[in-house]
Amino acid sequence: MKASLTLRASMVSALILVVFLGAWQLATLPTGGGAVYADPEYAAMMGGAATQASSMPTPGVVGSTILSQLSNPFYDNGPNDKGIGIQLAYSLSRVLAGFLLAAIVAVPLGFVIGMSPLMYKALNPYIQIMKPISPLAWMPLALYTIKDASLSSIFVIFICSIWPMMINTAHGVASVKKDWLNVARTLEVSAFRTAMQVILPAAAPTILTGMRISMGIAWLVIVAAEMLVGGTGIGYFVWNEWNNLNLSNVIFAIFMIGAVGMLLDMVFGVLAKLVSYQE
Amino acid sequence: MNQPFLKVEGLKKVFPSPGGAPDVTVFENIHFGFEKGEFVCIIGHSGCGKSTILNVLAGLDEATAGNVFMDGREVKGPSLDRGVVFQSHALMPWLTVMENVAFAVSSRWKDWNKEQVRTHCMKYIELVGLGHAADKKPHQLSGGMKQRVGIARAFAIEPKMLLMDEPFGALDALTRGVIQDELVKICDATHQTVFMITHDVDEAILLADKIVLMSNGPLAKIAEIVENPLPHPRVRQEIHHDPQFYAVRNHLVDFLVSRSKLIAQGELSSDYDPLHPPVIRPVVEALKLAA
Ligand SMILES: Nc1ncnc2c1ncn2[C@@H]1O[C@H](COP(=O)(O)OP(=O)(O)OP(=O)(O)O)[C@@H](O)[C@H]1O
Ligand SMILES: [Mg+2]
Repeated sequence: MKASLTLRASMVSALILVVFLGAWQLATLPTGGGAVYADPEYAAMMGGAATQASSMPTPGVVGSTILSQLSNPFYDNGPNDKGIGIQLAYSLSRVLAGFLLAAIVAVPLGFVIGMSPLMYKALNPYIQIMKPISPLAWMPLALYTIKDASLSSIFVIFICSIWPMMINTAHGVASVKKDWLNVARTLEVSAFRTAMQVILPAAAPTILTGMRISMGIAWLVIVAAEMLVGGTGIGYFVWNEWNNLNLSNVIFAIFMIGAVGMLLDMVFGVLAKLVSYQE
Repeated sequence: MNQPFLKVEGLKKVFPSPGGAPDVTVFENIHFGFEKGEFVCIIGHSGCGKSTILNVLAGLDEATAGNVFMDGREVKGPSLDRGVVFQSHALMPWLTVMENVAFAVSSRWKDWNKEQVRTHCMKYIELVGLGHAADKKPHQLSGGMKQRVGIARAFAIEPKMLLMDEPFGALDALTRGVIQDELVKICDATHQTVFMITHDVDEAILLADKIVLMSNGPLAKIAEIVENPLPHPRVRQEIHHDPQFYAVRNHLVDFLVSRSKLIAQGELSSDYDPLHPPVIRPVVEALKLAA
């Protein structure tokens, strides 16, 4: 009997998880005989924690952290102690704001670039030089001009999301089949209706791929940006827990960043499916 | 003087060659015309410029020189008066069959409501025998069905003239036959004026009232215009029993096999006048003698 591919794959996945957790458990076992290897100064700094267990939390500790954090995600005990739900909401709202602003600029501009070889040639050098700039390099400039940490993060998201969307939109628009445009021409369809009813649906899958790439980058960048400017957000949460030497919370946050990133990507996967077409 | 419905005058097309090579004149001094309700086929070897002429008639391409008039008005760009059936069907894959036709119909009659558009579209979708597939997407259809949707879309806007560039070129012989029969039926019923490119001599004899013969390019010419002596209604299964069928067929095949090349090499009768290409009505020798 041969189990289905999905079943066998999930069995292998489960096995990998078990091996990983086991290795983790072994690596973080408290060292035997009470002879804890610890620098006395470091032990003092850890407030006794290091004398009871190795500094790296065990899977069990992280597991209980995940449970307790997820059971109360929206508590708010002042600026340095907020629930994970609140922190993620801050990060997501910044990502969405920056991303939407970028889409509003990138999609129409991409349309123009895709439709006009002149604009393509004229704007290409700027795009080529702006594209490889690490979005975080903009941060000082943003902080200086905008003078607001949160808005600066949004700007950084904006600037990193704009390029994949613009380039993909331009590419999608430029490669719309000539035949479809000729159909619209012979039917005397207005330029606006052609753009909305022919070019947009034809280029939508490519545009959505660009959006998906942008969203992926934005989610990577927001963590770093929030670590840099502080205040709120999942990136700040990671940095703050590191300063608290609460590694179990740091691992929990890493896990959440991955989970939310995956969900965002899945949303765009669904959207891509909605606009895709088969020739 | 009485002007024909469609009139092509002194058409010329030059394509610039890249890299300083001399420009290519695909054709020049092209004159012909035809009447409303006529079905005209144009035949010629690959590369002689048939598609270019059709695109100029459609208004999708511009001639280097010369003019095209339809119904007394100069053709200056694409227009709803001229429907086009594209060789590659050119259906929009994200729309259903109904929506593809409706896109055209709502462009033609902008003030129609949804129900009017739907009813009108359905009439033409049923005309090409696709009533059952109206809500399917193009990728769910066979090549022949897609081409039929393209034909329905072009007919649905009720253009003054229909232009078709090898509409059945990509189809197998059986499917092609079925669609040809449908086209004959529709054209007999609607008296649609059609200008069509084909490589298929039998197809031309079945469908066309006039067959325009083009010599090989570059500098292609309208060698002659053949009038189809076969009477309407023409039925695919029967026309080859008509003795005239072979007279026309031999004439056309003879042209394609040898004369189109000879003419390109300069062998033209001394009284050839590009303004009035010779009009020929091939008849069987026996009939000719009897007359
Ligand atoms: N955009 C273009 N640039 C340069 N040359 C072109 C262009 N389009 C067509 N040609 C040339 O013009 C000539 C006529 O082309 P056209 O497509 O009209 O031929 P055709 O008679 O339709 O051929 P076929 O039967 O193969 O479709 C060809 O020799 C082709 O190489
Ligand atoms: Mg052609």
